[in-house]
Amino acid sequence: MKTETKQAVNKQRVLPPVFQYPSAAVPLLITQGAEALLYRSTYLLPSIPCALKYRPSKPYRHPILDVRLTKHRILSEARVLVKCKREGVPVPAVYALDEAAGWLMIEWIEGEVVRIRLNEWLKRRKDEDLAEGVDDEQLLELMTRVGSAVGRLHAVGVVHGDLTTSNLMLRPRSREGLNGDLGAAVNTLEGDIVLIDFGLASQSQADEDRAVDLYVLERAFGSTHPRAESLFGEVLREYGKSFKGANVVLKKLEEVRMRGRKRSMIG
Amino acid sequence: MIAIGLEGSANKLGVGIISHPSPGKPAKVLSNIRHTFVTPPGEGFLPKDTAKHHRTWVVRLVKQAMVEAGVSINDIDCICYTKGPGMGAPLQSVAVAARMLSLLWQKELVGVNHCVGHIEMGREITGAQNPVVLYVSGGNTQVIAYAEQRYRIFGEALDIAVGNCLDRFARTLEISNDPAPGYNIEQLAKKGKVLLDLPYAVKGMDCSFSGILASIDILAGDLKANPDQRDPLTGEVITTADLCFSLQETVYAMLVEITERAMAHVGSNQVLIVGGVGCNERLQEMMGIMAKDRGGSVFGMDERFAIDNGIMIAHAGLEAYKTGFTTPLEESTCTQRFRTDEVFVRWRD
Repeated sequence: MKTETKQAVNKQRVLPPVFQYPSAAVPLLITQGAEALLYRSTYLLPSIPCALKYRPSKPYRHPILDVRLTKHRILSEARVLVKCKREGVPVPAVYALDEAAGWLMIEWIEGEVVRIRLNEWLKRRKDEDLAEGVDDEQLLELMTRVGSAVGRLHAVGVVHGDLTTSNLMLRPRSREGLNGDLGAAVNTLEGDIVLIDFGLASQSQADEDRAVDLYVLERAFGSTHPRAESLFGEVLREYGKSFKGANVVLKKLEEVRMRGRKRSMIG
Repeated sequence: MIAIGLEGSANKLGVGIISHPSPGKPAKVLSNIRHTFVTPPGEGFLPKDTAKHHRTWVVRLVKQAMVEAGVSINDIDCICYTKGPGMGAPLQSVAVAARMLSLLWQKELVGVNHCVGHIEMGREITGAQNPVVLYVSGGNTQVIAYAEQRYRIFGEALDIAVGNCLDRFARTLEISNDPAPGYNIEQLAKKGKVLLDLPYAVKGMDCSFSGILASIDILAGDLKANPDQRDPLTGEVITTADLCFSLQETVYAMLVEITERAMAHVGSNQVLIVGGVGCNERLQEMMGIMAKDRGGSVFGMDERFAIDNGIMIAHAGLEAYKTGFTTPLEESTCTQRFRTDEVFVRWRD
């Protein structure tokens, strides 16, 4: 539960040809997510880093189902990212893809995911023996940025589908922030929110889908950061201001929550 | 310490007696017996009839469990019963039986959350330390991980449980409910080859099964009306077995996917499968392949402990009892709604 690093299994995988092009930097495995492997490589020039998302076939699934899901997910992820980028939502840009081979090449985002930064921040506060509620401005400010980013996403008609704190990046604003040592002294919660991993995203304007996004995020804050849960209201407050119709979504969220609660397991 | 556990939240009535020797030693199952209310093909179990079944059998089962365990009333430390979640009437009849024993034997009562019972028994039997738990049964579908004194629900079915989806499809096909509808679907599915297109409904770590049930019911209706259909890809004749096969392949792929996502999220590589659907060999196989791929392992259980039973209630109840938890007679109620994450798990760090 407390392990921070996702366990990447070190074993030889057969990778698609794109991973072996001589012009690209040798792909470096960054993380093994639930269903995709994320590599760091370069795009066109050695100076342009990129993220290469590879969805290997899942041996546990029936091959027909596996192909169907992989194709569908690569394509819908790319479509959604392109749409978001065009509309100015903070997401990585799409560079290239091959849905049959199962890979998608996108812009590399510097920084770290909110989950890790938040854990660091909470731990440091614990070490400094600060009581809960004291000096919460940084956390509140982060929540505001999260609410605004999610609001912009929904405003362009996209729902994320897996909105957890592992899928929100914090990209450092200044050059100094890019170098770990200098960054250590400053606020660990600083940076621009960039939404990542659109593997389960879809194009939808339905209040229901938007509310479920918020509900999933709320639960992600609650389950990984029980102490951060109480400040989730700040996310919702900012979200409510972010686009026309956001308040209807917040109403819907109450319904989804109730239903979530009602899933109190009958029979 | 010795506890007796009574379980009757659905159509199984279970009585189990467990002994916890000195700390650090594994628990000993002294007896674990079960009687299942089986309905005719095409029918589910109704609360009223199920409650009657439990009332009819509970005294006999308690007596038999005591004889099998070779213990006397004096040896028993507490009486554990399922407080919820489950079907109202069956829960009530078992709670009444537990209260009766408590007054008769002058022993403390311990109300137990059914889901926590499954998890604790699974940990005890398999030795899994801190696994991601997939709890799948006729009434529940949850992906659970432990954090800070609670079993937290990471993902769950947003409508009907996976087992309910299987049970209801068995009713559509009017196949036998003996020993369990899911078991008979599993046997049929082993003969299936053609994968039919069904909806695939995963939302983050949550999933939904009612749309799949509606689709497979339509496919079953089509097949009944027109039995000579062929698969466009292979040209094979589509059979009822193919329907069961497609249903299993689809819903279990969804379950393995949400479990894998939860594992990636919490950074664990152990999976424990509990609940009646956990007996399914295909689900265990798929989960095993996924876990191996992540460099981990899967812990499964056989029908004695995976399907609802009394011993898990005794075990989880005794864990709570040892931390000083008891349920006073006035509060020895039961409830249909009782979330896994409502229980304060005092017995774990």
